[in-house]
Amino acid sequence: MAPPPTSQQKSPSPSQPSGKSEVTDLKLQLRQLAGSCAPGADDSRRELFKKVISFMTVGVDVSAAFSEMVMCSATSDVVLKKMCYLYVCNYARSNPDLALLTINFLQKDCRDQDPMIRGLALRSLCSLRVANLVEYLVSPLTSGLRDSSSYVRMVAAIGVLKLYHISSSTCLDSDFPAMLKTFMLNDPDAQVVANCLSSLQEIWSLEAGNSEEVSREREALLSKQVVYYLLNRIREFNEWAQCLVLELASKYIPSDNNEIFDIMNLLEDRLQHANSAVVLATIKVFLYLTMSMTDVHQQVYERIKAPLLTLVSSGSTEQSHAVLGHLHLLVMRAPMLFSSDYKHFYCQYSEPSYVKKLKLEMLTAIANESNTYEIVTELCEYVASVDIPISRESIRAIGKIALQQYDVNAIVDRLLQFLEMEKDYVTAETLVLVKDLLRKYPQWSHDCIAVVGNISSKNVQEPKGKAALIWMLGEYSNDMLDAPYILEGLVENWEEEHAPEVRLHLLTAAMKCFFKRPPEAQKALGAALAAGLADSNQDVRDRALFYYRLLQSDVSVAERVVNPPKQAVSVFADTQSNEIKDRIFDEFNSLSVLYQKPAYMFTDKEHRGPFEFAEELGSLSLGASTEETVMPVQSYEANDNDLLLSTSEKEDSGGPINNDSAYSAPNYDAPTPLVSLVDTKVQSEADLLDLVLPTTTPSKVSSAFDDLLGLGAPSLPAPTLKLNPKAVLDPSGFQRKWGQLTTSLSKEFSVNPQGVAALVVPQSLLRHMQGHSIQCIASGGQPPNLKFFFFAQTDGESSPHPFFLVECLINTSSAKAQIKIKAEDPSLSEPFSALFQSALSALSPF
Amino acid sequence: MITDRGEVPKGSAEIFFRKVKFWKGDEAEEAPPVFNVDGVNYIHVKVAGLLFVATTRVNISPSLVLELLQRIARVIKDYLGILNEDSLRKNFVLVYELLDEVIDFGYPQTTSTEVLKSYVFNEPIVVDSARIPPLGPAAMFMQGAKRMPGTAVTKSVVANEPGGRKRDEIFVDIIEKISVTFSSSGYILTSEVDGTIQMKSYLSGNPEIRLALNEDLSIGRSGGNSMYDYKSSAGGGIVILDDCNFHESVHLDNFDLDRTLTLVPPDGEFSVMNYRMTQEFKPPFRINALVEEAGSHKAEVIIKIRADFSTSVTANTVTVQMPVPKYTTRVSFELESGAIGQTTDFKENNKRLEWCLNKIVGGSEHTLRAKLTFSQESHGNLTKEAGPVNMNFTIPMYNASRLQVKYLQIAKKSKTYNPYRWVRYVTQANSYVARL
Repeated sequence: MAPPPTSQQKSPSPSQPSGKSEVTDLKLQLRQLAGSCAPGADDSRRELFKKVISFMTVGVDVSAAFSEMVMCSATSDVVLKKMCYLYVCNYARSNPDLALLTINFLQKDCRDQDPMIRGLALRSLCSLRVANLVEYLVSPLTSGLRDSSSYVRMVAAIGVLKLYHISSSTCLDSDFPAMLKTFMLNDPDAQVVANCLSSLQEIWSLEAGNSEEVSREREALLSKQVVYYLLNRIREFNEWAQCLVLELASKYIPSDNNEIFDIMNLLEDRLQHANSAVVLATIKVFLYLTMSMTDVHQQVYERIKAPLLTLVSSGSTEQSHAVLGHLHLLVMRAPMLFSSDYKHFYCQYSEPSYVKKLKLEMLTAIANESNTYEIVTELCEYVASVDIPISRESIRAIGKIALQQYDVNAIVDRLLQFLEMEKDYVTAETLVLVKDLLRKYPQWSHDCIAVVGNISSKNVQEPKGKAALIWMLGEYSNDMLDAPYILEGLVENWEEEHAPEVRLHLLTAAMKCFFKRPPEAQKALGAALAAGLADSNQDVRDRALFYYRLLQSDVSVAERVVNPPKQAVSVFADTQSNEIKDRIFDEFNSLSVLYQKPAYMFTDKEHRGPFEFAEELGSLSLGASTEETVMPVQSYEANDNDLLLSTSEKEDSGGPINNDSAYSAPNYDAPTPLVSLVDTKVQSEADLLDLVLPTTTPSKVSSAFDDLLGLGAPSLPAPTLKLNPKAVLDPSGFQRKWGQLTTSLSKEFSVNPQGVAALVVPQSLLRHMQGHSIQCIASGGQPPNLKFFFFAQTDGESSPHPFFLVECLINTSSAKAQIKIKAEDPSLSEPFSALFQSALSALSPF
Repeated sequence: MITDRGEVPKGSAEIFFRKVKFWKGDEAEEAPPVFNVDGVNYIHVKVAGLLFVATTRVNISPSLVLELLQRIARVIKDYLGILNEDSLRKNFVLVYELLDEVIDFGYPQTTSTEVLKSYVFNEPIVVDSARIPPLGPAAMFMQGAKRMPGTAVTKSVVANEPGGRKRDEIFVDIIEKISVTFSSSGYILTSEVDGTIQMKSYLSGNPEIRLALNEDLSIGRSGGNSMYDYKSSAGGGIVILDDCNFHESVHLDNFDLDRTLTLVPPDGEFSVMNYRMTQEFKPPFRINALVEEAGSHKAEVIIKIRADFSTSVTANTVTVQMPVPKYTTRVSFELESGAIGQTTDFKENNKRLEWCLNKIVGGSEHTLRAKLTFSQESHGNLTKEAGPVNMNFTIPMYNASRLQVKYLQIAKKSKTYNPYRWVRYVTQANSYVARL
C-alpha cells in the first residue's frame, strides 16, 4: 500500500534534522518494550509505532529500526500488527535482506485463528515485492484461496496478481490462473469473484500473444457463459465491482438481437444509480451493443440524456466535469438529438473555465434552425462577460455557428456590433471571424466592409486580429476608399509590427491592393517589398523576394497568381479527424474522452488497459475498434452479420415509414462505428492558400493519366455523362439529400481481383474514385466488409447540376460489390451507375 | 495521494502540486480535475479544502476514480467526524488503515463505512469541534464547499460520545441548489433545481426505514419534447422532477405506487436520492439592477433585492456581486437608512462591487446605491461593460421545488424505541444571476 496519504506531505527540508538521533532513540525504546508483557505495554508500543510511521510519512528513513519493529510485532494486538505490516511493506523492497526476517512471522500469521490476521498477513506477504522471496508465497496463497473466510480469499485473489508481477513464471507454473477462474465462477462472495476477474484480466492481457492457450483463455472471459454469469449476479457486487463487470460486458459480442435486449433490460435500472461511474459503464454497454441497430441506438441516446444531465448537476464539480466530457462526446456525435436541450448547456456564473469551454463547444454543435437565435443571444451575453478567455471562446463559437450557415444574416449583424464594443480582444477575435465569414459568404462583403473600414488599425493590437484586418484591406481595397493609405501607414510602421504573421499579410495585401489601384498603392507596395527583403524572418523575406521576382518577370502573371478571383470556401477543415473521433468513442468511459485524444497519444503501450493492445494493427485499418483486434475471428463474423443485417433492414423499412425520422439517413455521426468520415480536406486546403496556382487540379491530372495508361474501363462503353471534378457537398448536405431521396437503382456486381487487392488500403479506392470525379464522403468497415458513401455531380453548360449519392458495400472475400444509388435526376442513374461501375472496375493496386 | 502500485515516479506529489498551483501561469484558470504529465494521469477532487489525488498510467474511467476519491473523503469524514487538515494529520495511521482496506493493488475493494468497521481497528482522535456550531435542530448547515454542502453532523461513526452511550438518531437533509438567470427585463431565462436528499444515520442495529415523498410527485416530463415546456406546471402544486437517481441501498418497490423509499441506511453519510427539476418555480429573490450614466466620468448603480418568501423564513449570508467597468477608480456606497448587518466593498483588483447582508427576512426589500467614478469617459453602452449581478445565499427551512419528506418511519424494535429524527431543508444559490 502506498505511503503518503495526502497533499500535505512534506519533503524533508535541509533545515530539518535528518532524524538520526530520534531514530536511535526510537530503536532503544522499542528494544526495551520488545518482550514486555507489562500492562499498558501495548499502548506504549502503539505510541512508538505511530511515531515511527509518522517519520516514515514525512520522508525520514527509519529503516534502521527494522529489526526492533519486527521484534515488537510478536503481539496479538491487531492495531500494532497493522502498523508493523505497513512499516515492513514500505521498507522491504529497499532492504530485501531485512525482509527475510519478516517472512517467518508473516507466514505464521497466515495460519492465525483470526481471519482478519490471516488476511492482513497474506496481503503484507504479497506486498513485500521482493523477488527472492516468491518461494514463500505460493503455499500461503494456495491455502488463502481456499480459506473459509471470504476476506482472506479476497486478499488472496489480488495476491496472485501481485505474485505475477514479482515473478510471472512462478505464478503461471503454480497454475494460479486456473484456480482464479474456478473461484471466479463459483465463489459465493461477490468481491472474491470481482477480484478474481480483475487479476485474471490483467494476467491474461499481459500474457496474451505468448501462447495460443492464453489467447483462448482471454477470449473465454468474454464468452456468453462468463458474461451472463457475472451479469446475473450484478446486484450482488458493490458499485466498483459492478463497473468492472459492466466494462467486461461492453466487450461482449451478442449472437443475436434478443440477447442484446435481454442484457439491456437487465441493466436498465443501473442507469438510475447515483454513482456516475456505474451509469457511464452501463451507457457504454448500451451504446456498444446497439451499434448495428440504428433505431435502437438512437433510442439509447434519448434514454441516457436525462440521467447524464442529472449526474452533471449533482455531485462535485470534478465528477460533473467527467460526465460532461462524455456528454460532450455524445453531443458531438449526434448533435441533432440534443438540439432541444440547448438550455442545459448554458454556462453558469460560477463554473470553472474548463466546464464553460466544453459547454460552448456543445452549444456550437447543436445550433440549428430552431435554436440558433436563442443560442447566439446567450453567447452574446458571454462576450460581454468579465472572463476574457470565455469571452473570446464565445465569439469564436458564434463565428462557428455562422459558418455552419444557419441564419447568417442576423449573426453577421451581431458580430459587427461587437466591433463597436471597443474592447481590444473582442475586436481582434471578431475581425478574424469576419474575415473567415467573408471567405465563405462573399455576398456579405458590402455590409462588413462598411463597418470594418471604420476601425482604426491602431485599435487592433493582437497580431491575429491585425492580420485579419490587413487581409480584408487587401482583398476589398476597391470597396474601402482609403485602403491604400491605411496600408501605407502600416508599412511605414513595419519595424513596430513584430509578428511575422502581420508582416506576411502586409506584403500580400500591398500586392493585391496594387493590382486593384496601382497608382495609389505603388508607394505602399514598394515600401513593403523593400522592408520585406530586408526582414530577418526567413518566411517574410522569401515571400517578399517571391513577389519581387514575379513582378519583375511579368506583372500580369503576378496578378493572376496573387490576385485571382476567389472561390468561396465551402467547408473549413475540421481540426480533428473523424478517425480520431471514432477512436475516442471506442474508448468511451476512459480518460481519452476527457483529453479528447485516443489512448495511444498519451499512454505507453503496456498501460492501455486490459483489453487494449495491438495498436499497430488498429492504427492502420480504418476505425478498427479494439474488440475486433482482441477476438479477430468471432468479431469479424459478427460484423459480417451486422453489416448485412443492417442493410437488409434498411431496405425493408427504408421507405415511407422511416422517412420522417432524422436518422433514416446513413448518418455519419450515428450508429455504426464502422463508418468514418473522410474529410473533404483536399479541396478546402487548396482554397485556404492564397497563393495557389490556378492550374489543372490534381484530379484532372490523375484522370488524364488513367486514360493515358488505358485503364479507363476498356470493356465497357464510354459513358456519356460528364461529372464535375470539383463537386462539393458537406456531410450534413449529404445526409439531408440521402434522407430525402429514394433509391433509384441498386445493383450487385463483381469487382476484379486486382481491385480487391488494392482495397487492402481502403484509402486507395477513395483516391481512385476521386480521379473519376466521384467523391467519397464516408467510409469504414472491416475486411472483408467495407462500406463507402460517395457522391458526384453532373457537369456541363446546362444547369442545374444534379447530385448522385451512392452507398457501396464491397465484400473483399467474395469480390462482390453492392451499390445503391440515389439520384436527384433519376433518369441519369443508369448512365451514372455504368460510370461508377467502370470506375470501380478500373481500380488496381498500382 | 494514492499511488498503489509503484508505477509512478517518486516526486509525483511535487509535480502534481506545482501543476495545480500554477495551471497556465498568467491566466487565472483552474486546473481541471484530470490531467496528464509525462504519461502519468493525475486525478483529483477537492473536499473541505483538501486535495485528494490518485495517479495512474492506465487509461482508466475518470468517473470511477473521481467517485472513488470522493467516497474515500466521505469515509474518512465518517470516521473522523470532521474532515480538515488537522484531523487528517492527527489520524494518519487510521487513514492508512482505511486506505489499505479500500484499495488493494489499485483495485477498489469496499467503500462502505459499514463493512470497513469490521476491518479497521484504530480509533479516531477526534479533533476539537469547538469552532463548529453545536449540534441540534437549529444548527446551521455547514458552509464551505458550495456544491456539496455537508451536514452539520460532526460525530464520528465509531468514536463514542463523551457521555458514554451512543444516541440513536438520524438526520435527513433536503438540500437544493438553485440556478436562475433573469434577463434584463426580469424575465426568467433558465431555472433549475438540483436537489439531494442526504442521510446520516446513527441508528443502532440498522433498522429498515421508510421515507415518504409527496404523493403527487411525478418523474420525467411526459409529452412535449422540450424540457422547458412550462405549460404542464401552470395549475396545482404537482412536483414534476425531470429525473432522479438513487443510492444503491434504496428499494423502489413501492415508489411507483405511493412514492415511498425503503432502505436500510448504511452507517455514515450518503445521498439517498439526487434529483433535477426544470419545472418553473417561484424564485426566492427578485433582483432589480440599474446602471445609469451620471455625468462624463460618473455613473450610478442601483440594486434592489426583494425577498419573495414567507416572513417566517430568513435567508442568511447573502452576498451580491456585480462587475463594474474596468476603468472604475472609485465607488461610494449609500445604504438605506437603518440598515443593519450590511457591508459594502469595492474590490479594486477585479473591479467588482460586493454587498453582503447577514440576514434577509422574507417579504423585505433592500436597496443599494453606488456612485462610480471613472478614469476615462465611458463609451456608450454601460450595460455591456458592467454586470451581471450575481447573488449567493443560503435559506434554511425553505425549499424551492416543494419536494417534501412527508414522514420518516423507522422499523420499531420495541415500544420504547423512538430515536431522534431530524428532517431539515435548505436552499442554496448555485448560480443566481440577473443580467443588466
